[in-house]
Amino acid sequence: MFKFITLLKREIRSYFHSPTAYIVLCFFLVLTGFNFHMGVALLSRGPSEVTVVEAFFNSIPFWIGLILIFPPITMRLFAEEFKLGTMETLLTAPVQDWQVVLSKFAGAFFFYVVIWLPSFLYFLVFERITSTEASQAAGAFLGSYLFLLLVGLFFISIGCLASVMTQNQIVAAVMSFCLIALFFFMGLISFFSPNISPLLRDIVAYFSTIEHMGEFSKGIIDSRRLVFYGSSTVLMLFLTLQIFQFRRWKP
Amino acid sequence: MIQVENLTKRYAGFTAIENLSFQVEKGDIVGFLGPNGAGKSTTMRILSTYMPPTSGRVSIAGYDVFEQSMDARRHLGYMPENVPLYTDMRVNEYLAYRAALKEITGRRQRERVGDVLALCSLNDVEKRIIGTLSKGYRQRVGLADTLLHAPDLLILDEPTIGLDPNQIRQVRELIRNLGKHHTILLSTHILPEVEMTCKRVVIINKGRIEAADTPETLINTVHAAGGIRFEIKPGDEPAADRLAAIPGVREVALEEENGGWKCFNLRTQAGCDPREELWRLATDRRWAVRELSRRKVTLEDVFVELTYGE
Repeated sequence: MFKFITLLKREIRSYFHSPTAYIVLCFFLVLTGFNFHMGVALLSRGPSEVTVVEAFFNSIPFWIGLILIFPPITMRLFAEEFKLGTMETLLTAPVQDWQVVLSKFAGAFFFYVVIWLPSFLYFLVFERITSTEASQAAGAFLGSYLFLLLVGLFFISIGCLASVMTQNQIVAAVMSFCLIALFFFMGLISFFSPNISPLLRDIVAYFSTIEHMGEFSKGIIDSRRLVFYGSSTVLMLFLTLQIFQFRRWKP
Repeated sequence: MIQVENLTKRYAGFTAIENLSFQVEKGDIVGFLGPNGAGKSTTMRILSTYMPPTSGRVSIAGYDVFEQSMDARRHLGYMPENVPLYTDMRVNEYLAYRAALKEITGRRQRERVGDVLALCSLNDVEKRIIGTLSKGYRQRVGLADTLLHAPDLLILDEPTIGLDPNQIRQVRELIRNLGKHHTILLSTHILPEVEMTCKRVVIINKGRIEAADTPETLINTVHAAGGIRFEIKPGDEPAADRLAAIPGVREVALEEENGGWKCFNLRTQAGCDPREELWRLATDRRWAVRELSRRKVTLEDVFVELTYGE
């Protein structure tokens, strides 16, 4: 446990010592700021069926941001250490492989949480100034953030998998972007072709991120989603660990 | 300290090392030599527990590197080729981080970091960011890292590569001092250095061991040719043929010819010194002699003899 903390501290540190982190942070602030502005503008036009929280978490800029945010966070995790050769010093210290994988995953997740923190302020300020509720119920507000965490876990684990497969960060970024986009757009099948069979529609509903977000931002917390994202994350991390070990058998 | 038995590593399509067996005793400084691509780094990576062998066994301080990897790691310090370091960290931060990974904490951590900083003369750059350090300093940071947990065994892959002559001397001094308390296995291409620092050498070529012994024994037993320089004025006589006829001379090469003076380079058989016969020949034939000198056989000759590519 102690070594895990040591590794985790280094991971987090290295985020805040690299320019990439600040570029990602800035990009994200601009995008979410714009997104929030759109939500408020929508409400200011007159009575609306949606709350500002729902508008914020179900808009196109939000989804663009959410898909683009993961590759730059996760691309360097393993690829950089393999490239620099520091993996050799790391893995000849008395450290277990799973400690390395988990600490990198946890470090990336921590940074992801930090990226989302400022958006809390938007809603606080909104409620203060307009003296209206940002969401209909606390559940909807917390549900949205819970879902962000769930999606974060899963997509970061995909990013880990992409990064462990290569020593080129760009390749890792492209690969994780493709995997995440593929997964995301598979969930959109029922939007694009409304005439698919009900069975297929049900199956798609299991992994349609966009539909899940719709539910959570209304405050509906479905345990099937928790299990789905939780187990997918575990699977991805397991694969990451396997590939991580395999790479030393056959470099 | 190190026991290597029938170690083999195959990659898809080629065999990096085949059936290596050797031992390193406690307290030895062993030079691990071989041409590029001979399998030195592969062997060291396996010894350091970084990657598993295809077959064979290695034990470090009694621990199997594969089965008891964590215990083996606690007893060895490994510095990979080109010394990979986190370039965004400060020297003292990096060492503290590495110490924590090696289970050294609290007050002992501060002590150990202080000790290795002093030992590797890094106190001046303690607070500098590693990325801004010169190659020589980075090398020493890497070395300091391997010493943190006071391991019994140091495995150093080309510790002096890319350093200037002064830095090489410093690192060599450091290694020689470390040899008093640690067992060291180091690979290098600088053979005079091995002669100066190492008690034993292991020479590998194309994945196989060619020789493993003390440098002196190798120089005396391996059929490495020594050299003799012989500069004479033989007139019109066929001097080269006469020289070649002397017992113990393996090869005669005319190095240069200048105003009747001919300078020959003779390769002799191992353990042979035919200078007396050469002198007698010259006096008998009434040749003027300007130089007759012997070049000592060095480890370099042994190395070339054993590994020169066909």
